[in-house]
Amino acid sequence: MLTQRAQVDRVFHALGDPTRRSIVERLSQSAVSVSSLAAPLDITLAAVVQHLQILEQSGLVRTTKVGRVRTCRIEPKGLTVVQRWIEERRSLWERRLHRLGALLENDEL
Amino acid sequence: MAERSVIHSTFVIERNYAVGPERVFAAFSDPAKKRRWFAEGDEFEIEHYALDFRAGGSEQARFRGKNGLTFTNQTIFQDILPNRHIVFVYTMSMGDKRISSSQATVEFLPKEKGTTLIFTEQGAFLEGADGPKMRQDGWSLLLESLGKELART
Repeated sequence: MLTQRAQVDRVFHALGDPTRRSIVERLSQSAVSVSSLAAPLDITLAAVVQHLQILEQSGLVRTTKVGRVRTCRIEPKGLTVVQRWIEERRSLWERRLHRLGALLENDEL
Repeated sequence: MAERSVIHSTFVIERNYAVGPERVFAAFSDPAKKRRWFAEGDEFEIEHYALDFRAGGSEQARFRGKNGLTFTNQTIFQDILPNRHIVFVYTMSMGDKRISSSQATVEFLPKEKGTTLIFTEQGAFLEGADGPKMRQDGWSLLLESLGKELART
């Protein structure tokens, strides 16, 4: 199983691409077939498949095949690890403890 | 499922300092020292700060942000083991509105050239804390935040 850090890296890499962000936004509205993702984005089916592979590996989307149709949907828990990372970055405590460190280092405490 | 009105969040922050646990602990137990790193900062003005550092004792802080909003922080210390750990509960309010209630632990671990500090918080963040944010679709909020973080680095 990936470490939390590696997982966060994968999600950031996946979402670092604007086309993949568009795909995630589209899938947040509803599940769609892979083939119907390409046209609105004005990219080839092959490009969609490549993007979906990255998104799937990062845990953000899930694809399933029923008969000949491959459908993709959002994986609700996919952003949890990133959400936690963002919350930590914004944490008031992060700033406070950083300030504590600076004061200790400069012998001011 | 109906929308929830509380978000639970647990996070852990670990930091290393190049001074011993006694000095880092003193920065938490001495009111004049604590105020300097905890209450002071560029982002806001301190309206009130008081610390009674003992099990059962409390700490109160009131800050005013640049936007004029007042934030109040009330802490009660649950358990203190000098130079080892501090366990406390605290609430935050924005104006009159309670926005969170949390339990936090600070641990001071000696290491070869200083101290490892581990800060653990288990919090309940309440509806309205971020106003519209909690009412937005969860995904668009996260994607927006992510976009900003990516733009910054």
